[in-house]
Amino acid sequence: MISGATANIEFYLPLVWAIIIGVAVVMYVLMDGFDLGIGILFSVNKDEHERDLMMSSVAPFWDGNETWLVMGGAGLFVAFPAAYALFMPALYLPIIVMLLALVFRGVAFEFHVVAGPQKHYWHTAFWLGSTLAAFCQGVILGGLIQGIPAKDGAFAGGAFDWATPFSALCGLGVVAGYALLGATWLAMKVEGPVAERMRQHAKFLIPVVLVLMGAVSLWTPLAFDRIAQRWFSTPNIYFLWPVPLLTALLAYAAWRWLDAGREVPPFLATMGLFLLGFLGLAISVFPYLIPPSLTIWQAAAAPDSQFFMLAGTLVLLPLILGYVVFVYWLFRGKVAAGASYH
Amino acid sequence: MDLDATILARIQFAFTISFHIIFPSFTIGLSAYIATLLVTWKITGRDHFHRLARFWTRIFAVSFAMGVVSGIVLSYQIGTNWSRFSVVTGNVLGPLLGYEVLTAFFLEATFLGIMLFGWNRVPPWLHVFSAVAVAVGTAISAFWILSANSWMQTPAGFEMRDGIAFPTDWVAIVFNPSFPYRLAHMLTASYLTAGFVVLAVGARYWLANRHHEEARTMLVMAIGLTAVLAPLQLLIGDQHGLNTLQHQPIKIAAIEGHWDGSKPGAFEIFAWPNEKTESNDYSISIPNVASLLLTHHLDGLFPGLKSVPPSERPPVANVFFAFRIMVGIGLFMIASALFGTWLIWRKRLYGTRWYLHIMSHTWWIGFVAILAGWVVTEQGRQPWLVQGLLRTADAISPVPAASIATTLALFVLIYGVVFTAGIIFINRLIKAGPPDATAEPQRVGTPARPISAAGDAGGVLR
Repeated sequence: MISGATANIEFYLPLVWAIIIGVAVVMYVLMDGFDLGIGILFSVNKDEHERDLMMSSVAPFWDGNETWLVMGGAGLFVAFPAAYALFMPALYLPIIVMLLALVFRGVAFEFHVVAGPQKHYWHTAFWLGSTLAAFCQGVILGGLIQGIPAKDGAFAGGAFDWATPFSALCGLGVVAGYALLGATWLAMKVEGPVAERMRQHAKFLIPVVLVLMGAVSLWTPLAFDRIAQRWFSTPNIYFLWPVPLLTALLAYAAWRWLDAGREVPPFLATMGLFLLGFLGLAISVFPYLIPPSLTIWQAAAAPDSQFFMLAGTLVLLPLILGYVVFVYWLFRGKVAAGASYH
Repeated sequence: MDLDATILARIQFAFTISFHIIFPSFTIGLSAYIATLLVTWKITGRDHFHRLARFWTRIFAVSFAMGVVSGIVLSYQIGTNWSRFSVVTGNVLGPLLGYEVLTAFFLEATFLGIMLFGWNRVPPWLHVFSAVAVAVGTAISAFWILSANSWMQTPAGFEMRDGIAFPTDWVAIVFNPSFPYRLAHMLTASYLTAGFVVLAVGARYWLANRHHEEARTMLVMAIGLTAVLAPLQLLIGDQHGLNTLQHQPIKIAAIEGHWDGSKPGAFEIFAWPNEKTESNDYSISIPNVASLLLTHHLDGLFPGLKSVPPSERPPVANVFFAFRIMVGIGLFMIASALFGTWLIWRKRLYGTRWYLHIMSHTWWIGFVAILAGWVVTEQGRQPWLVQGLLRTADAISPVPAASIATTLALFVLIYGVVFTAGIIFINRLIKAGPPDATAEPQRVGTPARPISAAGDAGGVLR
């Protein structure tokens, strides 16, 4: 063992960075989640004017929301280049397809407004792009949880290792989850019949999401010993049993709030569901960044690099969060039907 | 990995990054123009500056969206296509890209929301401030990206341990030897690119007898800007070239088509570099002038391509021709900007229709010059990915060629659709033109709801 201060820094820096990247991923999932969810909900909403209204509720934010995805990718490259180099080739196809889907739905934000008579094409692009991107994100998550084999630090598996029933289940889970986020966001941000329908969609989606989350939660310990060990060995089980219980309680609360016509609490509760889901995954995977090949310490960049970046991050991240909050506050309130884009 | 995968990965990356660079190089310049318009409007109170800013903001919105989505692709493609590169250089380049995200990306993306949707929603000073923040953000973004790219050309401030680069001096890494030149060259190129687009649109409106006040302002502002920047760019480019000669002499040899370093270099006006015979076919050249330009002596010597084995040389013809395209456009820019200035001075600009006719068709020249310039600098660095440290062929990800070929086809297809649509929509916005002075909506103090950035033009179109 290396003694003293060096050892401490080499222990804590990767941990701090794992938390920062975790925050970036959570921010991404929560923020781009509702904005992808709106696209997914286009599948049950064909009316062009309502679709315009739904998109306008996120138009000022979507750029900033997707920036968290860049933050996640860049953060991984900065702090854990070995993990980045293993993760990207292993999940090559779903990552590229996700990015292409994001291209399509991203440009739709500007294109659908100027497209005139071809508007409906870009609405379709937004719908399909959002849905496919969400599904791919779930597949990527599933591909990561089930593990990525490595040899001499390089990916040592096949091009389709990620394509399993388990990763498909995760894909469905993320699509349903994002749709739920989108529905509760819209119930909060728009008025009239659209908001009412969104409340109905959300009430339908809550049990769907719970079932999918439950299926993933049961599948992982059954299929992967390391995850069963983490959750069901003593003394862990005594600390961990509240996680699923809280999830169920929060889902019930969200359902009741929707029933009562409340606007903000269902959205917050849905975000809470995602946070708990993420916490559960982190518990399952820790201390691995890329199970079962790399722990966060094995994947860490040179302490110098992590430290150089950390100094800036600690100053800039609060500032960024500050102006993100400011913009959400600036565009607060309802986007009413009739005050459409045109 | 086999060669096929390397070549496919290179084609794919070259395709996506070339597609991407078109948009930032335009939006860096255009955001600065919009910010200038809004600040001028704030100071002078003249409304047509505000109408112009609204008009260009719509075009900016469409371009910026395409830049953002194609940029996200790149931040992942470094890993998907070049995972060995990520491992070897991650300690050094990771933080540079990380700082780009933290200092620029969030700034742009967040204040973009206010810039695009805040016209009726926030006090004018905050709106102007947001436009400035976006312009500054795009320039900061260029700072970090060009620093990272320059480090790949002229690596500094690091040491190699077990084949992996470790940082030793961050100042030396960020401000590596070629960085100041590349940054100045690229930023100037972006402002010139946007300048020629604005010039072309102004000329188009004037010739079509529309939007007189706006057309005049665009013409004068664009000609004034390019008359300063185009000659300046020649100077910056010259200095950049001298710096390259010092650090990457073989790139310069390819640019000049200079094979034999034991003789002074001729300035090749036209030639067909022949890699088999190691000489230039069909050469039209002025003896000794390349030596004069590069060493400031007619008899000065600089390394030739033959000083290294063929495996160490870049693809000579590509670099050679791309350089001539870039310089040719640069000289055209200088001539047209100075001639335009002369016309303004003689008060003959608005009557010289043939000049305005030519300029109305030159909106694309900046983009071509930038792409050609990147071909020079990136292909000129081959066979290295990081000069002297890591070869491109050794940086590849363990991904099968079939996966790369499939996704390459998807990229070409999807980018083709998106690009075509984007061009059509930008063209529509230009056709629709700035809002009429009479139709200018109430600007200040109305608690209106967000209005889409590009929305008004959509309304006009229907």
